[in-house]
Amino acid sequence: MAKYLLLKHYRGAPAPANDVPMDQWTPEEISAHVQYMNDFAARLEKTGEFVDGQALAPEGTWVRYDGEGRPPVTDGPFAETKDLIAGWMVIDVDSYERAVELAGELSAAPGAGGKPIHEWLELRPFYGVSPTITE
Amino acid sequence: MDEVLLRSLTPSVLAVLVRRGADFAAAEDAVQDALVEAVRVWPADPPRDPKGWLVTVAWRKFLDAARSDAARRRRQDLVEEEPAPGPAPAVVDTLQLYFLCAHPSLTPSSAVALTLRAVGGLTTRQIAQAYLVPEATMAQRISRAKRTVSGVRFDQPGDVATVLRVLYLVFNEGYSGDVDLAAEAIRLTRQLAAASDHPEVAGLLALMLLHHARRAARTAPDGSLVPLAEQDRGRWDTKLIAEGVGILQAALARDRLGEFQAQAAIAALHADAPTAEETDWVQIVEWYDELTRLTDSPVVRLNRAVAVGEADGPRAGLAALAALDASLPRHTAVAAYLHERDGDLTTAARLYTEAAQKAPNLAERNHLTRQAARINSRRDGG
Repeated sequence: MAKYLLLKHYRGAPAPANDVPMDQWTPEEISAHVQYMNDFAARLEKTGEFVDGQALAPEGTWVRYDGEGRPPVTDGPFAETKDLIAGWMVIDVDSYERAVELAGELSAAPGAGGKPIHEWLELRPFYGVSPTITE
Repeated sequence: MDEVLLRSLTPSVLAVLVRRGADFAAAEDAVQDALVEAVRVWPADPPRDPKGWLVTVAWRKFLDAARSDAARRRRQDLVEEEPAPGPAPAVVDTLQLYFLCAHPSLTPSSAVALTLRAVGGLTTRQIAQAYLVPEATMAQRISRAKRTVSGVRFDQPGDVATVLRVLYLVFNEGYSGDVDLAAEAIRLTRQLAAASDHPEVAGLLALMLLHHARRAARTAPDGSLVPLAEQDRGRWDTKLIAEGVGILQAALARDRLGEFQAQAAIAALHADAPTAEETDWVQIVEWYDELTRLTDSPVVRLNRAVAVGEADGPRAGLAALAALDASLPRHTAVAAYLHERDGDLTTAARLYTEAAQKAPNLAERNHLTRQAARINSRRDGG
């Protein structure tokens, strides 16, 4: 009964073991990869551990307040080396160990050659609600 | 329509159906159908015996469902028998339902969900909201739990300790959604206490009442935490405290001490102090010694270190703390507090900052950050 965010990174994460860019996979390998993740999400729905999952577009913009009456500043249309999040999944599980187990399972999604990509995923706990008792 | 009455009747009606041989999931569906019918019919035509009415209607719904199911599968005469005669005392039924919903084969979150659904009579949506998960997820969790316990023989005696753990989990979940889980846990524990004379059930009920009595004083209007020593004791609910103490004393008198009674004794000593300074820390340390003996839990030892710090001074508290694993939740926060009381503000500020980063929820993080900021500005100021 603790929520965790599973983050997939486009960039910024350590390189996966099976490090072949997706555009060099075969179409079947891509299908198998997507299927794996869909199956993973469907399985978590059945176990009652699924909360949310979304994919994010690769383009992101940094935005900053630039003072009264001015439009916000953005970092422009140029490519940046920012750490981009590819997508997330939120799970609600009984323990940290279970969260790590599921993240490991998701990291085993197949890539080039049908082999697991061993992708690094970031696992972060949500802040819980305040418990009734703190003293 | 009295929703509270309906909810309080739900578990015993469900228990009657299951005892008559209905499969748990089917019985649950039938009870839900009967509740819907009650909402429709009762306002115009209230029954004299609401529970009897619900049992009759639910059993008929169950038979209808079982018959049509049987017909669909071309298996006739599956369920043609009349209800088994002679209802057993409702109290026993309810107790068995608690045991079933907290069955050891369930994960904690499943046991909690099933208990709230089957014993508490909450809707799946209400439970989902309380735990901040989608309704579909909670529905799956509950139906999975039902499947898990569907093969469990209902006449096996359960483990009361497991039931109490589940109820305490519900109580401690805090408040979110439109259902007050703490109040719900108290309601269910009261019901359990009425059905069981186990002193630990009384111990848990006393503990919940004593904690609940201080609830209003525990947070400021802006939602920030108010530590025990700074709470406005005028806002504590003295009626709840008196009730909790009474239940605890009766339980302790039976001389079968358990961890919930010991925890309730500590809560009672806090509730009993007119001011923070007058808290009987020496007795609290003694109760923590009992608790350590009963549970050998590191969290209890951590709390004991705080109590030792109050009873024998911060140095003694730090010595007790030094024996514990530093990775325990709130270990850093306790260390920060004891160092502050010992006058080592530099260490205290650093540890409060560190503790804030490890806090399990935002209210605690903000509280600890404020503590660090308070000390830092005090040091800067002079």
